[in-house]
Amino acid sequence: MRLVSAIPFASAALALAVLALATPPAPAADTVDPVKDATAFRKFFTDKFPKLKPEDFVNGPYSMNEDLHKQWEEKEQFPPYEFSLEMGKEMFSKPFKNGKSYEDCFPNKGIGIRQNYPYFDEKEGKVVTLELALNRCREANGEPPFSYVRDEMAALTAYMAFTSRGKPFDIKIPNDPRALEAYQNGKRYFYTRRGQLNFSCATCHVQSPGERIRAEVLAPALGILNAMPIYRSEWSGMGTTSRRFTTCNSQIRGVPLSPQDDEYRDLEYYLSYVSNGLPISGPGARP
Amino acid sequence: MASSIRVRATAKDDITEVQALIQHPMDSGFVKDAKGEIIPPHFIQELTFEHNGKRVFVADWGGGVSKDPYVKFAFKGARKDDELKISWVDNKGATDSTTAKIQ
Amino acid sequence: MSIRASIFSLTSALLIAGAASAMAADSEADYKSAYATAEAANKEAGSLRNQWTVTAAALAAAKKAADSGDFDKAVAQSKEAEALAKASIFQAVSEKEAWKALEIK
Repeated sequence: MRLVSAIPFASAALALAVLALATPPAPAADTVDPVKDATAFRKFFTDKFPKLKPEDFVNGPYSMNEDLHKQWEEKEQFPPYEFSLEMGKEMFSKPFKNGKSYEDCFPNKGIGIRQNYPYFDEKEGKVVTLELALNRCREANGEPPFSYVRDEMAALTAYMAFTSRGKPFDIKIPNDPRALEAYQNGKRYFYTRRGQLNFSCATCHVQSPGERIRAEVLAPALGILNAMPIYRSEWSGMGTTSRRFTTCNSQIRGVPLSPQDDEYRDLEYYLSYVSNGLPISGPGARP
Repeated sequence: MASSIRVRATAKDDITEVQALIQHPMDSGFVKDAKGEIIPPHFIQELTFEHNGKRVFVADWGGGVSKDPYVKFAFKGARKDDELKISWVDNKGATDSTTAKIQ
Repeated sequence: MSIRASIFSLTSALLIAGAASAMAADSEADYKSAYATAEAANKEAGSLRNQWTVTAAALAAAKKAADSGDFDKAVAQSKEAEALAKASIFQAVSEKEAWKALEIK
């Protein structure tokens, strides 16, 4: 390094060192405040998009771009998820080989409950998502589990979402340190950069909603799971929350974890909680 | 078994607007499956809408049309409660058809 | 040391190491050792739940080159895989604190 440029570098380094000493210590791990987080989260997006009503956020890119919105309104008259939704409805009441059905696994026979998922299971000490609950229901009744990412799982969650349309997300965090930890893990996952492209979920969905990544308009993180599962034109088919998490990971050149791994369950828990109060709009359609 | 064709036709004065969503894989024949083998072409070749025995809309399709195609068009000369017949034939010779009442 | 300075010293260390062995043609033994090192680093990234797809691709390319007898390429790809794996480890470790800077407050 030339002597001339070394001096400003050295003084910058000194300034940084001083700043580092002056910075207050990082907050302790037990000062997790989900209520405060959710309020700040919602305010960030409503401030950024003042013309939108809170419930508009559940429509993702369609609330970010007028042209897309018009196309989507037309599409909703004959939505591409209709076939999957019908299949889900048929599957839901069809009995398993042992005579029971999905209705027996869920409160209120599985109708109008989607907005309560994921929930923290205090017995198990972990987050339980709707997809996980469905496969557990199958296995408890002697049926093989479905793939978490598409087809039958998408059809079942599409039907359950449909019966909850309009109901606000109502995710609860019980007064249990493990639940708070799961919430915090999910939050941390959301903001952590990963993959060779060094993106976090926040990179696209907090820093750049309404902007484009290649040809796609990015959705805001607020309300981003409310439309799940979705028929994506990109997939020429239905996909679940699991599908979206895993494909996003590989798109930024990170090896995806397995669907329903702890990190994904916690991430879904966090994202759903911070969207509490926003209506379920699933199943949805996306570009 | 439910028809593969969903259709809604609405008449306003002399103009009838028709929307249809058809369930069909529409495989182009260029896509490979997970094992690396070509998924054989399987797509609708002709889609026909008929009113009073007259063809009001005919589509000649190939593999370039995506899965579960959606069609929207308008035509003149029909009235509420008239019937609209929709039918398709694919490259494997399979067919399906349905009739809908214009609302 | 600043993040940029440490990435610089990491990559330059790897480059220097790579340049030294490029002098003579690589043998199968060179490949096996380079591959094992890369694989171990990738495994560590796996334990941090942060492997990159491109690391796996480089490892696969290394193996493919070795299978066809091109050990120079196999070693080069292994070293690339090792660099990528180490970068993914660095990312996982530094993100443990760095994520807080992105959080909506």
